[in-house]
Amino acid sequence: MTIPAPIAMLAELTHRCPLSCPYCSNPVELARQDSELDTETWVRVFDEAARLGVLQLHLSGGEPASRRDLVPLVQAARDAGLYTNLITSGIGLTERRLKELDEAGLDHIQLSLQGTTPEMADEIGGYNGGYKRKMQVAEWIGQIGFPLTLNAVLHRRNLHQLPRAIEMAQEMGARRIEVATVQFHGWALKNLDTLMPTREQAREATRIVAESRAALKGRLVIDYVPADYHDDYPKRCMGGWGSTGLNVAPDGQVLPCHAAQSIPHLEFETVRDKPLDEIWYNSAAFNAYRGTDWMQEPCKSCERKMVDFGGCRCQAMAIVGDPAATDPVCIKSPHHGALQTKADTHASNTEAPLVYRTMPGKKEVEPTS
Amino acid sequence: MIATDIPSLPRGVRLHFDKVRDTWVLLAPERAITLDQIGHAILTEVDGRRSFGEITQALSDKYNAPVEQITEDSSGFLTALRDRRFLDVTQ
Repeated sequence: MTIPAPIAMLAELTHRCPLSCPYCSNPVELARQDSELDTETWVRVFDEAARLGVLQLHLSGGEPASRRDLVPLVQAARDAGLYTNLITSGIGLTERRLKELDEAGLDHIQLSLQGTTPEMADEIGGYNGGYKRKMQVAEWIGQIGFPLTLNAVLHRRNLHQLPRAIEMAQEMGARRIEVATVQFHGWALKNLDTLMPTREQAREATRIVAESRAALKGRLVIDYVPADYHDDYPKRCMGGWGSTGLNVAPDGQVLPCHAAQSIPHLEFETVRDKPLDEIWYNSAAFNAYRGTDWMQEPCKSCERKMVDFGGCRCQAMAIVGDPAATDPVCIKSPHHGALQTKADTHASNTEAPLVYRTMPGKKEVEPTS
Repeated sequence: MIATDIPSLPRGVRLHFDKVRDTWVLLAPERAITLDQIGHAILTEVDGRRSFGEITQALSDKYNAPVEQITEDSSGFLTALRDRRFLDVTQ
């Protein structure tokens, strides 16, 4: 099998974040600040990434603005020839810092949205005043003229706000909105009961997205990540394991996807020890689920195996306990029925409280309402 | 696209030569589109000043091809980019 060069790299600059979203995709074991890669190492990694074939660099976290060296990092990424995308909640960005990012050549901003009202957004983010601050940041982004994608993260608590989120994207001058239903990895697995959408909500969201796409054609692009437990076929996770993208964690570990550390038998190499190309092409973790040779039935003989590559390995691990199993979302998985029942059970539990993300050694966040 | 439309690449959308894959690509927010020779030829003419009619005429002269054919190919290509917000069009 010829291994293609990666197109995109997610650089998780830090796991630190002022917000405490209960669906955070970071691993439950967060990397501490003292384990983070320094500026010099990131600069080397960006250079190695560009030479490996990466075109798109997503600067993420945690909150990437929590890194004091964000501006020089953007500058270095642009110097390496990468397209730079900042994935942020907006908290930690001042007007001055945005202007510095503009001068450094930042190409695009993806701004997350936890809710369309201050009450909802601040409760979900676990951060008082976060919504107001975000709206201010969105205004500065518009004034500077950065291309903007609004990333609305939706779940049972706020799915009714989807129409307003689409309006807000237009008001902010965003070219694109990502309608992202929460995927259950990382911290979200602690919040299945509070966040699982109902089947009706999932259907309604799909309808709203289809209608809005038609109505807003050429004005606002809508990317849609549907609620996956309610689907009949799994998502083509990461475009296929080790085929298009890679993720560098704050401490330098190189992962095939952001949740890969939930697969216990995999060992990950770090940019501190090896160049990126060697890790991409040769490491056991990247080769573990490349292509189709690792598949079991029903994937092995399935006509869709090149369409979705058996779905998400981390989801197979989390639900079935076997990372080489068919993603249980798939209608052909023997676990599909049980997963649908499980989804409905979680969706009907109205009692459970939100479990917020917490940094090691930090006080737990109390719900704001 | 009509002849008087003036196409331009908006901020955050740019041509880039991909040395690793030896091809031109169009980089846009969170997307990279591989360009064939025709796509690249069209986009190198898009300068934010000249109209679609002027661009297709220039391509027709340059490649010694019928302007109708060029217009049809370019219109489909640029309209698809516009629908994805990778191209701005003014009158």
